[in-house]
Amino acid sequence: MSDLNQEMADRYKNNFLKEIEEQAEMGEWVKMCMQCGLCSGSCPTNFHSGWDHPPQEIFMLIRAGKREEVLNSQGMYMCTSCYNCYVRCPRKVPVTHVMHGIAEYAYRIGRAPKAQPTMHLSKTFWTNATKTGRVNEVQLTQSLYFKEGIGAGIKKAMEMQSEALGLVKAGRLNPMEALGMGHKCKDIKGIHAMLAKAEELEARNKAAKGKE
Amino acid sequence: MTSVVATNQTILVVGGGISGMTAALEAAETGKQVVLVEKNPYLGGRTVQLYRYFPKMCHPTCGLEINLRRLKANPRIQVLTLAEVTGITGTKGAYSVSVKLKPRYVNSNCTACGECGKAVSTEIDDEFNYNLGKIKAAYLPSNMAYPQRYVIDPSIIGTPDADKAKAACKYDAVNLDDQEETINLSAGAIVWATGWKPYDAEKIVYYGYDRFPNVITNVEFERLADPHGPTGGKILRPSDGKEAKNIAFIQCAGSRDENHLRHCSRFCCMGSLKQTHYVQEKYGDEGKSTIYFIDIRAIDRFEDFYQKVKANPNVTFVKSKVARITEDKAGNPVCNGVNTEGYIRYANAHDLVVLALGMEPAVKGVNIPAEVMSDSSGFLMADPANAGIFGAGCATNALDVNRAVQSATAAALRAIQVVNKVARAEA
Repeated sequence: MSDLNQEMADRYKNNFLKEIEEQAEMGEWVKMCMQCGLCSGSCPTNFHSGWDHPPQEIFMLIRAGKREEVLNSQGMYMCTSCYNCYVRCPRKVPVTHVMHGIAEYAYRIGRAPKAQPTMHLSKTFWTNATKTGRVNEVQLTQSLYFKEGIGAGIKKAMEMQSEALGLVKAGRLNPMEALGMGHKCKDIKGIHAMLAKAEELEARNKAAKGKE
Repeated sequence: MTSVVATNQTILVVGGGISGMTAALEAAETGKQVVLVEKNPYLGGRTVQLYRYFPKMCHPTCGLEINLRRLKANPRIQVLTLAEVTGITGTKGAYSVSVKLKPRYVNSNCTACGECGKAVSTEIDDEFNYNLGKIKAAYLPSNMAYPQRYVIDPSIIGTPDADKAKAACKYDAVNLDDQEETINLSAGAIVWATGWKPYDAEKIVYYGYDRFPNVITNVEFERLADPHGPTGGKILRPSDGKEAKNIAFIQCAGSRDENHLRHCSRFCCMGSLKQTHYVQEKYGDEGKSTIYFIDIRAIDRFEDFYQKVKANPNVTFVKSKVARITEDKAGNPVCNGVNTEGYIRYANAHDLVVLALGMEPAVKGVNIPAEVMSDSSGFLMADPANAGIFGAGCATNALDVNRAVQSATAAALRAIQVVNKVARAEA
């Protein structure tokens, strides 16, 4: 994976803006930012200690060619997809999507941090949801609760007991999902074939970019 | 019936603000016949609602007085107030225009003595002061009002209050039987100078203009600072009447925003820089101003003005578009955001927040009764297929007073060329 990082760095040399524009989804919007700061000010996670670079700073760092600073940043993983910045941006930059695009690119070239909680959630959710085409809520919750170890997982589960029982009573949660049962898509094979094709097309598009 | 003399060599000017007055005067002073139509009961438009002008910090009443003197001295201009153009037919050189005249209920006998105002007890919103206060339903719109004549609000017609106003008048100036009428007139060329309106502040939801009484607009702040305004020139905040000494100015409130106004309104940076002078003037070193900005656009020769404000230790500049306004327990508005110079989060409480609202063309969303093109912000553009109707002033672009006057002069010159062709004075 780190080879891909070096390959991209060599391919784009000092033009990190071009690298992001071509390789990261929605990256072409980075140059539209006018540095007003509305996205950063609107961000609900902006009090969080992990929030080293807010969106408009990430955009400016990209334009300034600060490849290492951006790829080492936690900023783009802090996005909770609340879409406050997206709806308020005076330049109509889809800030939320750009942040996800940059995060995905960093992950793809092996530059994502190892134990990043939101990235962990995204990966777990994706694996879980694509397995049967529907989210297995029990297994997803388990994998998140027990991330910090068995003791912490049990403690968290006990805390949330009444909520879980309420959901079960309301028919919103099937306890059998713990055993891999519960709701699934009718055509699981079809879903997998579709996702495989989408991944193939995406990989082909991305590989073609910046090579000509 | 109101009689207006107009031919196809007449220039019709729609809108009697600084642009319309300028266009009318420039055309009339070259010898053309002009009809000036104004929807308010007085001339001067939004300019007379300002406390001071930038960059010289003089009072608009001064410039207006000069224009009114020119107007009074010129027999070629016919002024119609409380008048609105409702339809235009015909072509360049031969327009036929219908104008709706609303009743004023006060005739030219009025001496502005004010007895009718004293007699009436009903109060109405004070539109001249952006509804910051109430006025009597028989009123003189402003001290500088031209024509210097009272107006009786239609809401009291048919009530005993109207009869009281009539009884109080010693000059037989009140005519309660005044009726709305529509007149038709001819014109060779038309100058459309209907000006602007401040952007609707309530639409910028995260600034809470409709929720927080101490969040006001730049145009309202002008009225607060004016000695003839609702507070007698004291800068008092609306919630509790406390003196507002720590004031925030938020730039680009609506402007340069694809969700609101696409364009830069050009005047608001200078407007806020000017308004910091008001704070300094009223409170000296106790008055503190904070300007939140994306970038200060003090265009061309105004750079000096900006540098002088920047050198004032009582004025702070924060490079940030405020993301949200909240209110603390004392009722102070709190500006929240991130200072992009250093990426520092802030939550600053102020006594008063002034939104530097952008400029929206008054014609936006209004059906102009003629084929006229407008740009993506709603400002009028020159239309080669219809070159007998010309935009002037803020109807055509976001302009300050100085540039509006230039634009009006240009429009007058174009209109003069059209009527000259009609008169065969020009080939």
